[in-house]
Amino acid sequence: MTHRLRLLVAAALVAALSSVVMAQTFSALRGHTPIDQEGPPPPMTPEQNSSVREPRNYPEQPPVIPHSTEGYEVSVNANKCLSCHARTRVRESQAPMISITHFSDRDGQFLASISPRRYFCTQCHVPQHNVQIPVDNDFVDIDTVLKGAAPGRPR
Amino acid sequence: MTTTEVPKPSFWSRALSFAREIWAVLIRPSSIFSLGFLVLAGFVAGVIFWGAFNTALELTNTETFCISCHEMRSNVAEELKTTIHYNNRSGVRAHCPDCHVPHEWTHKIARKMQASKEVWGKLFGTINTREKFLDHRLELAIHEWARMKANDSLECRNCHSAQSMDTTRQSPRAVEAHQRFLFTGQKTCIDCHKGIAHHLPDMRNVPGWQ
Repeated sequence: MTHRLRLLVAAALVAALSSVVMAQTFSALRGHTPIDQEGPPPPMTPEQNSSVREPRNYPEQPPVIPHSTEGYEVSVNANKCLSCHARTRVRESQAPMISITHFSDRDGQFLASISPRRYFCTQCHVPQHNVQIPVDNDFVDIDTVLKGAAPGRPR
Repeated sequence: MTTTEVPKPSFWSRALSFAREIWAVLIRPSSIFSLGFLVLAGFVAGVIFWGAFNTALELTNTETFCISCHEMRSNVAEELKTTIHYNNRSGVRAHCPDCHVPHEWTHKIARKMQASKEVWGKLFGTINTREKFLDHRLELAIHEWARMKANDSLECRNCHSAQSMDTTRQSPRAVEAHQRFLFTGQKTCIDCHKGIAHHLPDMRNVPGWQ
């Protein structure tokens, strides 16, 4: 009988502890909002507008937009991005021209102008906001990996 | 007993004889009212007429008047709401006539006379559906761009003066563009700032656009 009681108490203890642990795990990102409800959204922050170009984290990364794009229309009628970044607009705007890769279709066939599949700029290129990231990012770029930890190591 | 049928004079001949009577009164000096009374009465009537005229003019110069037509209310006014000229940090906003009607009297009257074409459009339903409006959007936009280009973006400059622009408070891109094109007089506001308050039409052949 005592053996059975001991087992029951142990089981209850494990259940209580695990629920505490699980509650803590779930509350890490979503705060104390119950799982079936939506918490308050984080406050909106203004877009970064320094115009200082950020380096890419890897060579194929679509460069991020270092300026505000608020109110820029990209629709079937007009593309505000192209009014600075198009080939013919670069002299006046001094903005970087859209990449030559954007002039080819999906079969690698080069076109005279920008490919329709590249028309909606913000599908890949995005403006940046100053936000607290909820999860730390330990990404290390390839140059850092190649260089190794200490100077003077063999290439 | 016989009555001779006198033909009833026509409407036009009656109107003509009435006009002649009025004219005969008008060219005779007044024999009842003193000159002082006539001058004073004319002055008062003038003030009343002028006041009423300007009040009516200003009534047509309000946003309430503009969006009393569904053509404006459900197209352009709706589009304005998400832009900075309606919704911004300081809560100062532009109303339709701030940008679309010159503030100075002579030009305002000139614009108001042009607007009689818009009354025509309203009466005959030129843009009375969304589809018709979209079909005409380029034409309407070109009119506004041409007007602003011709008056050096006067309606922008009623609020945004180049002298009062503090470039240290602008973004680097804005400083660069304003220093190269605005302060040198090479371009006027509307040359770059198209589609800032309403959606754009098909921009394919508009200079500076793709």
